Amino acid sequence: MTVEDEFNKDQKNSRRQFLKKGLIAGAGVAAGGGLIAAFVDATATETGEKVKVLTTEGEIMEVDRGLLKLPRVSTEESHKGIPGRKFVMVIDLGKCKNARKCVEACQKGHHLPKSQEFIKVYLLQDSEKTSPYWFPKPCFHCDNPLCVSVCPVGATYKRTDGIVLIDNERCIGCKFCMTGCPYSTRVFAWKHYPEFDEDKEPYSPEASSPGKEGTVSKCDFCPDLIRVGKIPYCASACPMGVIYFGDVDEDTVTNGTETFQFSKLISDRAGYRYLETLGTRPCVYYLPPVERQFEVERGFADMDQEIIDRYKDTPYSKKNKP
Amino acid sequence: MELLRKDPLREFAPQLERTSIQGYLWIVFLLAVIGLGIYAFFSQVFYGHEVTGMRDNVVWGVYIVNFIFFMGISYAGALISGTLHLFKTAWRKPIIRMAEFITIIALLIGPCFILLCIGRLDKLHYLVIFGRIQSPITWDVIAISTDIFGCFIFLYLSVLRDLAKLRDYELLQLPNWRKKLYKLLALGYTGTPEQKQRLNRASDIMAAMVIAIAIIVYSVLAWIFSVTLQPGWHSTIFGPYFVIAAVYSGSAVLILCMWLFRRIYHLEEYITKKHFVAVGVIMLVLAAFFGYFTFSDYLTKWYGSEKNDEMLIQLLFKEFYWPFIISNYIGVLLPLIVVGIAKFRTITNITITAVVVIIALWLNRYIIVVPTLESPYLPIQDSRPEWLNYTATWVEWSLTAAGVAVFALLFTLASKFITIVPVSGLHGEEQNEEAIV
Repeated sequence: MTVEDEFNKDQKNSRRQFLKKGLIAGAGVAAGGGLIAAFVDATATETGEKVKVLTTEGEIMEVDRGLLKLPRVSTEESHKGIPGRKFVMVIDLGKCKNARKCVEACQKGHHLPKSQEFIKVYLLQDSEKTSPYWFPKPCFHCDNPLCVSVCPVGATYKRTDGIVLIDNERCIGCKFCMTGCPYSTRVFAWKHYPEFDEDKEPYSPEASSPGKEGTVSKCDFCPDLIRVGKIPYCASACPMGVIYFGDVDEDTVTNGTETFQFSKLISDRAGYRYLETLGTRPCVYYLPPVERQFEVERGFADMDQEIIDRYKDTPYSKKNKP
Repeated sequence: MELLRKDPLREFAPQLERTSIQGYLWIVFLLAVIGLGIYAFFSQVFYGHEVTGMRDNVVWGVYIVNFIFFMGISYAGALISGTLHLFKTAWRKPIIRMAEFITIIALLIGPCFILLCIGRLDKLHYLVIFGRIQSPITWDVIAISTDIFGCFIFLYLSVLRDLAKLRDYELLQLPNWRKKLYKLLALGYTGTPEQKQRLNRASDIMAAMVIAIAIIVYSVLAWIFSVTLQPGWHSTIFGPYFVIAAVYSGSAVLILCMWLFRRIYHLEEYITKKHFVAVGVIMLVLAAFFGYFTFSDYLTKWYGSEKNDEMLIQLLFKEFYWPFIISNYIGVLLPLIVVGIAKFRTITNITITAVVVIIALWLNRYIIVVPTLESPYLPIQDSRPEWLNYTATWVEWSLTAAGVAVFALLFTLASKFITIVPVSGLHGEEQNEEAIV
């Protein structure tokens, strides 16, 4: 039983539609036993780059990345989590220079307006004498998530694979989860943003898209990408390879180019979780900002004034940018 | 005079029978304010919550403040009338109905404000269909609906005798439908000893119930804040603190209502300085408790000075300086001075104090809700001023004004339907009731 089997059930409808349109090449159906249709967007163009996908029969087959369509599982399916997995993220603060590619890729991938950021980059300084550093902050997908506890309608939930998702069709928009989250992770759709309309696919909590006015959303660890064997948008977009994504049980994390043993990385590099004292038990670990590759100032290079202004109240900017 | 003493209804009948031109103008004015609120509501529905001042950091604003505020004053009736009823306090009669009206009307308005915060009103029924008992919001839904139900029964029991009197009073010049309505609502109460005994017993039980329910409702409301980990909210004192603040604001609203109705309906004979002083003393005691709880809460936050608590307190003394001073200094000390010192203790002074207390307690809720949301664990880093600091927009203010107007309107209409001072038992004609002197 594979992960792909799980969502294949829910993809039946879209596959049927897809087949009806007769857009798929016969070869694909023959080779992949039909499942491939769930992944392939025949309206897209080929890029030449191949991606491995697991079929219903357990066979690995290659699909062109450009043709790859991300699976959109049903809401019911999205509650279950990917069997046998427990996801984790490691962020290396020593490498972050506020390039903001993670933010942009995430917004593009989730069809978000500029005012909604699932991952934010903070300029933190723990105390006066300590050094400032750039701090990318996704959702921590806590193992003891207060947001999930306080939700009155069960619109946000913790899955077996550790991911905390939001079903915006269930969400009533009371925003209690936003006050419950001590990390200011959640965002609210204060109106209907035009970006929501870019996404023509049916809604799935795993895709967190299309967004819906009056509901809460947040970083989702991109389970739709995980299902096709990719790492989240932020992790693959980062030019510095700051963000590692992986599995605690497999004890592996990768940023797409480097792969590490998670436990060893955390132990060697003194990994920690942000605000451990709150007892929320995050699934995101940070590696302390040591052996920096860049000056903090590099984070301001070539940035829009709007971005620079965001940090004007930080102790660093007050001191260095009179 | 002797005749009046025997049948106070005769004196109060004009209140129910006629509405003066000023009265109509007042109602039209209130309807205009409500109309503006409705307009604001529709612009919020059509343009989204973006028309409010709320943003991702300060996700709750004036609406929640109003919610807490109205729920708080609803406490006036619940606790004050409940307690006075149980202790059979002699002077309570002329003011007890006002207290009960405050309760039920505020209780109908309060929850509307929380609805204004909800992004998807079309899915409101999910609270029932998919309700999760783990969520404090579900506790709130259960508690508030129980409270409305309980308070309504309590109010109804206490007006039953008057409804019977209105039904039996033939000189009343009212349209037929109203007479029929009185007859229907009086439930065939004629004052037989058995009926009296049952009614008294039911009232006693409901008085006790209403006190208990009100404490639960207000604690649950406080827990919505204190169960979160936010600095300033995550406090063990919040339950009792909110309860005390609620009764405190309720007592002040009661004094204001007493003053207004005393003037409008010329109740000088019934509502005397004695009543103002008596409720004033209740307000004084509550002020002392409120001040003590406030001090206790901020002392522990300030003395230990955990990083985020310290940031919050700095914010309170910088950006929220005046609201903080008014709510936590003036709002506490003024009643202690005005009611505490005999020579200041006049009807006007007590009423002015009550108005200050009402404002102070509204501000108190504001500085509980907003500064905490403006100082989360991770500092807010944004270039948009409206995302950094919360300022309520015209939509929120219009709806706030509309809430107050609905309160005033319902109060006005209620006083046109049933006398604002209970007419039965006012002069000791009922066996179990004490008369005012």
